[in-house]
Amino acid sequence: MPSSRHLVVVGASLAGLRAVEGARKTGFTGAITLVGAEPHLPYDRPPLSKGYLEPGMPPDTPVFRTEQTLRDELGVALVLGAEATALDTIRRVVEIGDRGIEYDAAVIATGAVARTLRGNAGLPGVHTLRTIEDAIAIRAALDSGARTVVIGAGFIGSEIASGARKRGLPVTVIEAQPTPLVRAVGEEMGAMCASLHQRNGTDLRCGVSVARVEGEHHVERVALSDGTSVDADLVVAGVGAVPATDWLHDSGLRLSDGVVCDETLFAGAPGVYAAGDVARWHNPLFERPMRLEHWTSAAEQGALAARNAVEPATAKPYATVPYFWSDLYGNRIQFVGIADADEVRMVDGDLDRDARCVALYRAGGRLVGAFAINGQSVIMKYRSMITTGATWSDALDFAGRRRPAVSPPR
Amino acid sequence: MKIVLDHTRCTGLGVCESLAPDVFEVNDAGELIVKQDKVSDGQKDDVEAAVAGCPTEALRLES
Repeated sequence: MPSSRHLVVVGASLAGLRAVEGARKTGFTGAITLVGAEPHLPYDRPPLSKGYLEPGMPPDTPVFRTEQTLRDELGVALVLGAEATALDTIRRVVEIGDRGIEYDAAVIATGAVARTLRGNAGLPGVHTLRTIEDAIAIRAALDSGARTVVIGAGFIGSEIASGARKRGLPVTVIEAQPTPLVRAVGEEMGAMCASLHQRNGTDLRCGVSVARVEGEHHVERVALSDGTSVDADLVVAGVGAVPATDWLHDSGLRLSDGVVCDETLFAGAPGVYAAGDVARWHNPLFERPMRLEHWTSAAEQGALAARNAVEPATAKPYATVPYFWSDLYGNRIQFVGIADADEVRMVDGDLDRDARCVALYRAGGRLVGAFAINGQSVIMKYRSMITTGATWSDALDFAGRRRPAVSPPR
Repeated sequence: MKIVLDHTRCTGLGVCESLAPDVFEVNDAGELIVKQDKVSDGQKDDVEAAVAGCPTEALRLES
């Protein structure tokens, strides 16, 4: 491999970092430049809505690698606080305003940006949670005893509610759908997650939307579509994220809710691959295009996209069983696979009895997904089964063997 | 090669178990058990993927 080649990684979060590390691990000796819009070294995001919001001493920013490690051990030129503004796939240049960085191979890992509420951008006390600055502001508000309203009962919103309840603060979660998390885990298990809010003193209001967020100099209340309103000192919108592709509009790359990639994460222009939240790739394991906003796929795609970018002749496909986790009110929620199923069947546990439940998802005759609350000892066994194409009856047999023979009610 | 687990970082997410089930398993208490700390040549790729796949960077390989 000629050592003069230049890999440019655009996006300095998990997928971008893993791209750098993956390229070096594969033996790439050329130059690497890591471009990041945020001024920070790459840091880990899952803790921002979990451990970072726990009561107690504020933790450090969860930075992955020191600047020294990045520069000296990985040999990366860092271009941070620099938002890429365009990609010229003909001249092979990443543009950052007036500045251009030429590449031979590029990995697009610009992630996603939090969707905001319409009409109240900039009102103090109203936040989204995506960056460390967001987390610092939300944490400070919780520490000062904010009456909290979370808009959207997705996992990030739910984790914020959990952090607020741990301080004993009044929390209301507003969810437009009748059941939260339907797309993520399906209706039945969405209802199960909803019950966690109720058990822990969070006022979850489903099937109602936000009419207005009100306040003069700071947020004061949230007016709802049913005519009621909730007083608030802190409002967090957890209403999803959109892939950061605005800068690619003139690139000629195919964009459709993300950068459209083939199964090797190839984005369609010479040398250009994509990874992480921004990538919509063909997942051969489920024979469909997917865009995941999960830690595990961002890490794995980052490493593979870079390997494929620097050694395209031997590019490998990325096949995965999606996995995400969430920590709510001291419970661990885990999901593997896909929730798009013909049947969801609870196979073990009872939240009332032992704070645990496991459910399986069937499509046709196959196991395609598994959900668990406090089911850490089985969830990954189902992930392996999904990977190897286990049948539904195999999965049910396994579940039957794992279930305790006698489980006396408490 | 030898597997080193940092118990202070591990939260039992179990990604390692899904990638190298012969070597890692999360028990009923939600704690990770390393079933063998020496890695055979045939397990090397899976264990390396497990180390790289750990969301809390709790695993390390020592030669």
